[in-house]
Amino acid sequence: MITVQKNKIKLDKSDIVVKGFAYIFIALFALACLIPFILMVSTSFSTENLIRKSGFALIPKGFTTYAYELVFRNSKQLLGSYVVTIIMTGGGTLLGLFIISMTGYALQRKDFPFRNQISFYIYFTTLFSGGLVPFYLLMTKYLGLKDNYLAVFLPLLMSPWLIILMKNFIKAIPFEITESGKIDGAGDVMIFTKLILPMLKPALATIGLFLALGYWNEWYNSMLFLSASVEYRPLQYHLYKIVNEVVALKNSVAGSNVPVTSLPLETLKMAIAVVATGPIILLYPFVQRYFIAGITIGAVKG
Amino acid sequence: MKKKKAAGYGRQLTFWQKVYKYRVLLLMCLPAIIFFLIFSYIPMPGAYIAFTNFNYAKGIFRSQFIGLDNFKFLFTSGKITMLTRNTLLYNLAFILFGNTLQIFVAILLNEIRSKYFKKITQTLMFLPYFISAVLVGLLVYNLLNYDYGFVNSIIKALGKTPVKVYANKYIWPFILVLVNLWQQTGYGSIVYFAAIMGIDAEMVEASRVDGANAFQKIRYIILPSLKPTIIILLLFAMGGILKGNFGLFYNIIGPANSMLFPSTDIIETYVFRTMMNNFNFTQSSAVGLYQSVFGFAVVMLCNWVVKRIDSEYALF
Repeated sequence: MITVQKNKIKLDKSDIVVKGFAYIFIALFALACLIPFILMVSTSFSTENLIRKSGFALIPKGFTTYAYELVFRNSKQLLGSYVVTIIMTGGGTLLGLFIISMTGYALQRKDFPFRNQISFYIYFTTLFSGGLVPFYLLMTKYLGLKDNYLAVFLPLLMSPWLIILMKNFIKAIPFEITESGKIDGAGDVMIFTKLILPMLKPALATIGLFLALGYWNEWYNSMLFLSASVEYRPLQYHLYKIVNEVVALKNSVAGSNVPVTSLPLETLKMAIAVVATGPIILLYPFVQRYFIAGITIGAVKG
Repeated sequence: MKKKKAAGYGRQLTFWQKVYKYRVLLLMCLPAIIFFLIFSYIPMPGAYIAFTNFNYAKGIFRSQFIGLDNFKFLFTSGKITMLTRNTLLYNLAFILFGNTLQIFVAILLNEIRSKYFKKITQTLMFLPYFISAVLVGLLVYNLLNYDYGFVNSIIKALGKTPVKVYANKYIWPFILVLVNLWQQTGYGSIVYFAAIMGIDAEMVEASRVDGANAFQKIRYIILPSLKPTIIILLLFAMGGILKGNFGLFYNIIGPANSMLFPSTDIIETYVFRTMMNNFNFTQSSAVGLYQSVFGFAVVMLCNWVVKRIDSEYALF
C-alpha cells in the first residue's frame, strides 16, 4: 500500500482526538515493549567498568564487543547447548505437528464414533492433574529419565489446547473433501496426507510456532530433570544457570585465560542472553501473517 | 481381530465392530492417547502420596498411610491461606487489568489507519510474548537492581537516593502485575481486535450517518458488540484462577529471596521449592492436591455459568 486511503466521511473533532490518542498511546506502549530489549543489547556492548559506575543505559557505554569475544572464545558449551536446543526444537516441532494434526483430524471426523470419548479423555487432563510430585517421581523413579534429554523433550510434544486448536482449524475444511476422497477409494491415511494436510498451512504455521516457542524457551523441565552432570544444557536453562550462579558463569568462560575476578559479569550475562534469544525472535516475522490469523480462528471458538 | 468387515449403514455395530471399522482413525489418535496416559493419567493416582509418610525407597504405594496429617500442618500454620490468597489475588489482578488493557489496545488499534504503523507496533507488542521466563527475569533485574539498574541510574542522575527494590515486599505486587501486562497485552489484544473486525461495518456507518461521534461509536457500538467475547474469555480465565504462572514468579523473585515471599509466594513456587530444595515430597504434594481439587471445583463452577449464558460456548 502506498497511500493511506482517505475516509469518505469527513473526520470531525472527536475523530481527531481519538485517532491522535490512539497513535500516541500505541506508539508509547510499543516503545515500552521494546525498551528492555534495547537495554539488554546495549548492555551487552558496553564496557563493564562504566556499567558499574553509572548503571545500565539505552546507548552502549564505551562500545566494545569484549563480552561477545569471551562468550565465543570458549564456545564449546554454548555450541553444545545450541545443538541440543536446535535438535529438540526442530524434532519436537515436526513430531508434535504430525501427531497433533493426525489426532485433530480424527477427532473432527463426524463419522468417527469415538470422537467424543477421546476428546473428553484428552480434555480432562486440563481439569485435574496429579500435581508436580507424582509427575516428578514418575519421570525419575519409575521411568528412570533423570538426566535424560527425553524427560525434557517428551512432555512438550503436545498439549490438549493445541490439539483442540488444530481440531477447530480442520473443522473449517468442508467434510465434502473427505467424502470425495472416500468415493475415489482413498483410505483415511491417504485422505489426511494428500487432501487435508496441504490445506492446513496456516494451522501448521500457528501450532508449529507454539511448539517451537515451547521447545526453544524450555527451562522448566530441564531444571527438574537435568542435573549438573549433563554437560550440554538446553539454551534457556543454560542462561538460567548463568544468570543465577556465578560459578556457572565462570565455567562457561573457563579456559579463556581471563582471571575470574576481572570477568565482566553484567555485560557477559547480557551477551549470552542476546545469543540465546536472537533466533526465536528472528523467526517471528516469517510466520507473523499466519500466526495472527491462526490464533484468531482458534481462540474465537475454543 | 479376524472379524468379517462389518457391512456399513443402517445396522447397529457392536463396539468391536466399530473399533475394527474405524481402526485407522483410532490408530491416528493412539500416540496422543498413550501420551496423556503416561504423562497425565498415570501420575493421578500418585496424588495418594499426600496421605502417606512417603519413603523414597519404598515407593508411593508401599509408604505408610497417615491420613490427613500432611494437611494439618499446612492449615494450622496458615500457609495454605497465604498461598491461596496470593495466587487468587495475583490472578484476579492479571485477569482484570490484563483484559481491560487488551480491550483498550484493541479498540485503539482499530482506529489506526496506517498499515505500516499497525504492523510495526503490533510486532513490537508481540516481542515480550516470545521470550522465555528466564529472560523476563533477567530483563526485570536489568531495570530494577540496586547497583546498576536502569531505573535507579535514572533516579541517581536526578540526584535522588536509589531504591532497594529487591528488599521491599510491598512494591512487588505492582511490579509483577506490570510485567504480566507487558508480556501478555500484545498477544491477548489480538482476540479482541479480531472481534472488533467482525463487527458489521454497516452498523458503524449507520451510526455515523446518525451523527454519532468517535466516542459514541466506541461506547454504543464497539463495546456492546464485544460483550459476549469479554464475558466468555473472563469466565474461562476465572476457571484457571488457582493456577499460577510459575515461570514468571520463579524467575523474577528467585528461589532464595524469602524476604519477599509473604507477598510473592504462590502455590506453584511453594510446591516447587518444598520438593526440590527441601525434598519434602509429602507436604509439596499435599499443597498440589489441594490446588487440583479446589481448581477442579472452580472450573466446574465457571463452566456451569458459561453454560447458562450461552450453552454453545460451554466446555462440556
